[in-house]
Amino acid sequence: MTKHRQVVIIGAGPAGVRAAETLVQEGVQPIVLDEGALWGGQIYRQPLPSGKFKRSKRTLYGFEWAKADHLHQTMARLQPLVDYRPETVVWNVEEKSLDVLSKGELERVPFTHLIIASGATDRILPLPGWTLPGCFTMGGAQIALKAYGCAIGRKVVFAGTGPLLYLVAYQYAKAGAHVVAVLDTSDWSRQRAAVPRLLHLPGVFAKGLYYLAALRRRGVRVERNVRLLGLEGQESVEGIRWTYRNAKPGTEENIQQLECDAVGIGYGLRPETQLADVARCRFVYSERDRCWIPETDAAGRTSVAGIYVAGDGASIAGADAAELAGKRAGLAVLHDLDVIAAQHDALHTMQEINRKLDRITRFREGIEHAFPMPEGISTDWPDDLTICRCEEVSAGTLRTCIQAGGITEINRLKAVTRVGMGRCQGRMCGTAATVLMSDELGLPLKEVGRLRAQAPIKPLPAFCQSTKSTPSSSV
Amino acid sequence: MQADSVARAGQFVRVAEQDRQHLHFMLDGEDVTGLAGDTVLIAILACRPAVRRSDFSAMPRAGFCLMGACQDCWIWNEEGRRIRACTTPLQAGMRLLTAPPSIPIAHD
Repeated sequence: MTKHRQVVIIGAGPAGVRAAETLVQEGVQPIVLDEGALWGGQIYRQPLPSGKFKRSKRTLYGFEWAKADHLHQTMARLQPLVDYRPETVVWNVEEKSLDVLSKGELERVPFTHLIIASGATDRILPLPGWTLPGCFTMGGAQIALKAYGCAIGRKVVFAGTGPLLYLVAYQYAKAGAHVVAVLDTSDWSRQRAAVPRLLHLPGVFAKGLYYLAALRRRGVRVERNVRLLGLEGQESVEGIRWTYRNAKPGTEENIQQLECDAVGIGYGLRPETQLADVARCRFVYSERDRCWIPETDAAGRTSVAGIYVAGDGASIAGADAAELAGKRAGLAVLHDLDVIAAQHDALHTMQEINRKLDRITRFREGIEHAFPMPEGISTDWPDDLTICRCEEVSAGTLRTCIQAGGITEINRLKAVTRVGMGRCQGRMCGTAATVLMSDELGLPLKEVGRLRAQAPIKPLPAFCQSTKSTPSSSV
Repeated sequence: MQADSVARAGQFVRVAEQDRQHLHFMLDGEDVTGLAGDTVLIAILACRPAVRRSDFSAMPRAGFCLMGACQDCWIWNEEGRRIRACTTPLQAGMRLLTAPPSIPIAHD
């Protein structure tokens, strides 16, 4: 009897590529769907070939260039063996099939096994003026430089917290852009206290110190324990106001002002979990990620049979962990397909992967301790601050509805105010809305719930070609 | 005068890889130039301060995430089709609009 199988991988970043490689090694040929024009994900994103860009991988990816190159070459080698579809958005998951939009055409792609490797976006918290032209996410600022050779402005400030703050500032300074300052909301004592955990990956820790030293050498101002007050400007960013977190409120002389025409903001990363959500995978609250993530077993299997998650889309752990988790999910699929038996070397490999991932996890705990999302930050947000940039819902509207309406759950707040209901589906405002709600009610973040995803998880243009269906393959 | 010239300048600054092929395209009826390998968003912000105005307050917006997540850079072409600027590669001859094309109103 032939057994029908179709493995689909969503995402061609570090996790998706390693999952594909693992499957192909055992003769299973997956479909790989990716939103990008080229494989690599965001971290190892490749410039568009039409530009005939000349910068070396060493210039584009710095210390990580060899890993980026290795991943790129792996996927190039896999090309003839996988059904790779770039520029393809997966916008819905239903019982054993995906709805996708690929180059203007709608299509239905059936699967028996699905690996979701959807990556992450910046974890964003707003500040007054954040919708002005000139304010971009930290990841966006990095993409402008890496993939297009552009700086987001002539005088750039990087603000928020997280390792990316220092990395992107360093990359900008090195490329000759003018970095005015790095404003970190985390404080030095927490960063020092996290050192023992950060030493689980001494090489990565050393790179962090290198970026910091390089910024100082170039005369870039680095401030910690910062409280961000807002961006200046009417039509675009003209400056940023801030103070020290321990400054007495209302003491005007402590307010600092920097002239700049661009600001990169971010507070670490948040996983893209919408697809696992519409597939009705069970979620659990992660204290480390400070958000809800798909529940998995030790190999990346979700609560829904045949659906696996890997990489930052499962839980934030970075590119190295994503490669390992991608491979692990590939092995889990092979095991569940009976392609490899339980006593196979794969079991050893799986244990080896989990040992490495444990070390990375301990390191990540250190990172989250060193660069935490600021506690109680929403008390800094004035009532007229826009929380949801799609629907332009203000902090004041949210507060009024929470207080007057007795709302204690985030989806109820969404229904009443439209926060998180706009085109981005809460990717940019979801963290802020839950943080505000938790601060208003004095409840832990976990208690206010999670914004539920809806299909289509990304907007579909009104002009799409009719649905066709990928023929099922049998083995 | 000063303010006007500043307002017309691009938000983005090209700091590398500027010797790429020039691509001409139309933006709100004006002939402008981007570079091969740009997305529509990059090409617009390299010569303009913003890409669109918000649906409600009409305040200027310039995208935000550059990776297809925030949906804050949707613009239009002259046929009225919506285009997500940060994920659409620039092509020579594109005819783009930063505000929706006006729809002819039928009169009886």
